[in-house]
Amino acid sequence: MASVVANKQRTRDPLQPRATTAWLFLAPALLGLLVFLVIPIGMALWVSFRDWSGITSIGNSNPVGLKNFNDLLIKPNIYRTDMAKSIRNNLYFVLGVVPLQTMLAFFLANVLNQRMLKGKSFFRTAFYFPSVTSSIAISFIFIFLFSPSGLVNAVLRGVLPNGKNIIWLDNANGLLHNILGVFGVHKPPGLLGNHTMMGLSFWEWLSGPSVTMCSIMILAIWTTSGTFMLIFLGGLQNISNDLDEAARIDGATSRQIFFKVTIPMMRPTIILVITLGVIGTWQVFDQIYAISSGGPQKSTLTPAYLVYREGFNNSAMGRAAAVAFVLFAVILVFTALQRLVLRERH
Amino acid sequence: MAIAMPRSKGRRSGRSIIRRALGYTVLAFFAVVFIYPFVLSLATSFKSQADVGARPIGLLPKPFDLRAWRFMTRYDVPRWALNSVIVTTSVTFLRIVLDSMAGYSLARLSFRGRASISGAIVATMAVPGIVLAIPRFLVLKQLGMLNSYTGMILPLATDAFGIFLMKQFFESIPREIEEAARIDGANTFQVFSKVVLPLAAPGVITLSILSFQGVWNEFLHILISRPSRPDLATLPVGLATLRGGAVGQSLDFPILLAGSILTIIPVAIVFFIFQRFFVSGVAATGVKG
Repeated sequence: MASVVANKQRTRDPLQPRATTAWLFLAPALLGLLVFLVIPIGMALWVSFRDWSGITSIGNSNPVGLKNFNDLLIKPNIYRTDMAKSIRNNLYFVLGVVPLQTMLAFFLANVLNQRMLKGKSFFRTAFYFPSVTSSIAISFIFIFLFSPSGLVNAVLRGVLPNGKNIIWLDNANGLLHNILGVFGVHKPPGLLGNHTMMGLSFWEWLSGPSVTMCSIMILAIWTTSGTFMLIFLGGLQNISNDLDEAARIDGATSRQIFFKVTIPMMRPTIILVITLGVIGTWQVFDQIYAISSGGPQKSTLTPAYLVYREGFNNSAMGRAAAVAFVLFAVILVFTALQRLVLRERH
Repeated sequence: MAIAMPRSKGRRSGRSIIRRALGYTVLAFFAVVFIYPFVLSLATSFKSQADVGARPIGLLPKPFDLRAWRFMTRYDVPRWALNSVIVTTSVTFLRIVLDSMAGYSLARLSFRGRASISGAIVATMAVPGIVLAIPRFLVLKQLGMLNSYTGMILPLATDAFGIFLMKQFFESIPREIEEAARIDGANTFQVFSKVVLPLAAPGVITLSILSFQGVWNEFLHILISRPSRPDLATLPVGLATLRGGAVGQSLDFPILLAGSILTIIPVAIVFFIFQRFFVSGVAATGVKG
């Protein structure tokens, strides 16, 4: 027996295919990833240090060193202001959408997980359906719903009969500015107006998402909650019923079970959903393209849309590539930050 | 202790009825929130523009107007639909072949560097799609593939998630079955195509469904890979061009919504038939993290 094992280690197992075969199976997919993913990223990094229109041949473009990054981050000019605005807008988008969609998805998953309810698969289908549809189609449906005489305003009029029709999709007023306006604060207190960061005053940084951006945020929450609900539902079904049962026998109330058993057990899934949410929301593009093109007054400009605008509308591929890498860095920083905040404390 | 006292049966069932009613109310409310917009959009696509202006939230078209749907049969819409079908089926076919071969190799065949290749493929999933927009444009331009089906299809066919998904499915198949086939004299390719792939059919279906849905809805890549060929637009990209007017201007809602519904219908049909595969696909996303 021992000799057979030793023999097996020395010569190739005739039942095991050769390494060459393994590589042949892998080659087409690897070649694709190399040509359309790895090499492109390297090329984009190279282009981000050049001045290239995207129209002429790349070889004829001029190297400009760090100019593109300097324009976006340091030198006072419109590119830096646009970069700052896009980061501000997207930051509000992330801070609004991620917590709300996570909570809504978690809530729906918990309701669907109640053993006493029937017809769950119908409701699960209904909640998940928007997630599988085209972002552009959904955007058009929302343009219709949020139009001045549309469904959203009609419902609001039903709830608040004296309310005025809200202009949703052409409204650059920041939400926080609007709230301050209610209290009579229309101008920045000196400190906020005079100090700037990346070309935007602190007052502008603290505008909050514009009303138009809020509409797009509602759309994003509406479309992605279903997917995250399914992920939560999978997690909830993995929590053993015995644990619930044991807590109940010990006299725990439903509320105690939810906070002391369900939430701690679901922690890894919650962190996963938040991570996926943060990565996704920092890349919002399709809805911006279809609904607002970054407007009104650049209040829905996002880094992803800026990449497109600079590269394909303004023929500044070098700068566009630089924006993409800035965005990549922002996403990495945010993912790291979020890990730090949500890490297990001992 | 009062809490530990068994509650009377009557009170208990009374509470559970209230809880159940509350549960159904919540479910029904959200079902309306998630589905009603589609119903209203479908209804509106059969309205006249005047009717939409007068009664934008009514469900019954008065008069029943087929103008928007007639428009869908003319203009460039059939061409966009054809492009969508060509791109979606080609990409899905390529993904099934490439991803299952690569996934099988990573799951079952042994070679030096397998673990690091696996890790590298998972790592590429972390690269945000928008970051790839400019680089892909660059490569397509260098390869002379801009403004062609090839340029629209090939980049989408390379798909790390699919490789990972198939690897997972292959790992769940018992090794003994393959070994039996091998002892019977089958070579690696025969084992793969005749024995393993049929057993991994649920995986192949999941991959096809997710690929169909993802590619049918793909917007950014199609937008940038054919800058001077409007005739190569797929449905979502063509749909985006129908908008025309700026924000605030009056839009032709019956046409926009008919286009939206048309774009949604194929995915909706596949979704309702193959629901459980969508669910297992999302479950795989959960595993991924």
